[in-house]
Amino acid sequence: MASVNVKTLTDADFVDSVKTGVVLVDFWAAWCAPCRRLAPTVDQLADEYSGRITVAKVDIDENPMTPTKFMVRGIPTLLLFKDGDLKETVVGLAGKDDLAKMIDRHL
Amino acid sequence: MTDRQVIIVGSGPAGLTAALYAARAALKPLVIEGIEAGGQLMLTTMVENWPGYRDGIMGPDLMTELRAQAERFGAEIVQGDVSSVDLSSRPFAVSLGKTRYTAQAVIIATGASAKWLNLGVDKKLSGRGVSTCATCDGFFFKGRPVAVIGGGDTAMEEAIYLAKLATSVTVIHRRDTLRASKVMQDKARSLPGISFLWNTEVVDIKDVDRGEVTALVLKNTQTGASSELAVDGVFIGIGHVPNTALFKGQLAMHDNGYLKTHDGSRTSVPGVFAAGDVQDHVYRQAVTAAGSGCMAAIDAERFLSGTLS
Repeated sequence: MASVNVKTLTDADFVDSVKTGVVLVDFWAAWCAPCRRLAPTVDQLADEYSGRITVAKVDIDENPMTPTKFMVRGIPTLLLFKDGDLKETVVGLAGKDDLAKMIDRHL
Repeated sequence: MTDRQVIIVGSGPAGLTAALYAARAALKPLVIEGIEAGGQLMLTTMVENWPGYRDGIMGPDLMTELRAQAERFGAEIVQGDVSSVDLSSRPFAVSLGKTRYTAQAVIIATGASAKWLNLGVDKKLSGRGVSTCATCDGFFFKGRPVAVIGGGDTAMEEAIYLAKLATSVTVIHRRDTLRASKVMQDKARSLPGISFLWNTEVVDIKDVDRGEVTALVLKNTQTGASSELAVDGVFIGIGHVPNTALFKGQLAMHDNGYLKTHDGSRTSVPGVFAAGDVQDHVYRQAVTAAGSGCMAAIDAERFLSGTLS
């Protein structure tokens, strides 16, 4: 089960959801094996940074517009937004420590 | 914290088979998964050459089974990626960021990862049309033209998978014959959507400024002639590099970076054993990785009991 601290975003609410603060978004799909591997790391980050940043997921099968808009052509991809601006892109698997360092740079 | 008997670094077929055998030998192994947990089979589809499955088994399913089997006998598996090791004296130390584990024996099964081109631009366009995993990223190229680089089994598997999705798949190979196994070659050649460009190298990928792949710049290795191929995606299947950066200066390696082993699974440091693709640049099969994982566990058990001859 995903952490309760991970929000589920859709094409409809994406833009509004990344408008304020630091938002880390995980683009994934059910058929993507590496995405399943990254999911626990994203959950842990959501728990550890709870209240300081927003951690969210976008299922690319159900929400094709947002990945197209941000030119996501491979998953898993993590995008980090700060006050609506795209600041970081991480493609593929990444370690928790490296992701934490990346988040800390924007806090 | 008390020392463990054995730590296994890596969770592909080699690491998990080592874990299974070590657990059954009551060594209570600790397995550190690594970020590519489950190994290369996690990125494959049907595995048709794993003995005992006449109809094949999906790679991720095989790894789920193997993992559960190792856990059933008491292997402890932790998430995370090893950040450093100290193999200079026993107990050996294996660190994951701030967490440090120690053990009397270590089995290294860190495997190999997909090799990139040496262009620089391919990494910049990673996730923007350049990929090393067709089953992960093929989805984005439904109804679009793509290219696959390479002539081995990895490249054929990518091409066969992509032929179902893309409008066209061009396999680009720098030689005029494929290195892939006969069965994979035949399958790829039989599919109408797949065409081959022989004696051809990729010298550049466009378009970094736009942040997406629009074309490949190619060079014929015989004539030197350049050309351009318009594609939306390019999949790299040119082989693998061993994940041995952690062990530089601590364990003996071949010139190509693979760990040297002798007398079974022994590395240059007594008590440190290696299994799977990290020490095998010849066979590189799931079943040989599993076999060498078994060897490493038996060698580690004998080392710990003082009976390794």
